[in-house]
Amino acid sequence: MNDAAVVALSPETVLGEMKKNGVTHVVYLPDSETNWLYLLMKADPAVRLVGVNREGHASSIAAGLWLGGAKPVILIQNTGMLESGDSIRGWLMSLNVPIVLMVGYRGWTRHGVTPDTVATYTERFLMAFGINYYLIENDADSPRIAVAFEEAERTRRPVVILVGDEYHGFNR
Amino acid sequence: MMHTADMMRAFAPYRGDAILVPGRSGRYWINLSDNQPLDVELGDPAMGGHAGLGLGLALARPDKKVMLFDSEGDIQMSLGVLATVAEQAPPNLYHFLIDNGVYATTGGQPVPNADKMQYDMIARGCGYPRTYAFTEIGDFERALPEIIGAPGPVFVACKVVPEIENEPIGRRRRWQTRTRDEVVVDLRAALATAR
Repeated sequence: MNDAAVVALSPETVLGEMKKNGVTHVVYLPDSETNWLYLLMKADPAVRLVGVNREGHASSIAAGLWLGGAKPVILIQNTGMLESGDSIRGWLMSLNVPIVLMVGYRGWTRHGVTPDTVATYTERFLMAFGINYYLIENDADSPRIAVAFEEAERTRRPVVILVGDEYHGFNR
Repeated sequence: MMHTADMMRAFAPYRGDAILVPGRSGRYWINLSDNQPLDVELGDPAMGGHAGLGLGLALARPDKKVMLFDSEGDIQMSLGVLATVAEQAPPNLYHFLIDNGVYATTGGQPVPNADKMQYDMIARGCGYPRTYAFTEIGDFERALPEIIGAPGPVFVACKVVPEIENEPIGRRRRWQTRTRDEVVVDLRAALATAR
């Protein structure tokens, strides 16, 4: 077994956690590393995919889904999360929508210094908004997904899962 | 060109038990509505999101019609969402556009290319199967049975007279009778009962 296999976050685990937590709709904009998860979700009738072409659209769609009684999750990259700032504030935070956002942590590394400025600002952005977040990097971290869903429901606030293994976790 | 108040009055008999997002027509709709718990007058949580809100509601509740009153300033900010609506193609979504050509709440500055925009054509190009455009109230009234009588998604662009507000925001009369939280609680309760 190589190192990549040891640390991998499997898309089956992610989808399994979504279903276990009652997710009905995934509002998403794919990034370069989530194609395998996309294919899994597309083949699974338990979740409906709602593709957007700009991440800022995801928040109001998710708010409508939640208001109607569904349980959406938002799946985007950290670049798109920054783009979505006012929509997250207005459509999720000000309406007290209990929602989990799974955010690909582009540029994340435990080794050396990241040259990617979006990684530099990702956690600062979340702190500025007062949004709690959990980092997951491999299957062993996956129980944190359920923690995030529970926290979102309890606090009626968005909670973010930063997917820090994007460079190999969601691809095959 | 029609007035928003007349447009909402003409529409009112067709509301039925639909969920209704009044958007920027809320100040008129509030005096016409006979089913306030299903009215989603959230004001403007973040500009550009009304179409997304309507889409989400329609997908979550396929058993109920969703009447969405959007505005051209919002839709110009989020034109791409029309492709998402068309792809999802909720048959219960009726998407009306109130187009006054200006940012009325900030003093009436024109939206980009206001006089030449053809929003029904944009919606059609994005894949909405039915689209309409109206400038006169009589034409709108006559078409309403056909618009509401067939499945969505349908896009209905209505050119209206701008009603510009120059009063400082803090001094404007508040027309809402419920807080945003109350709207959310009322809607979710009404929909839970109706399920």
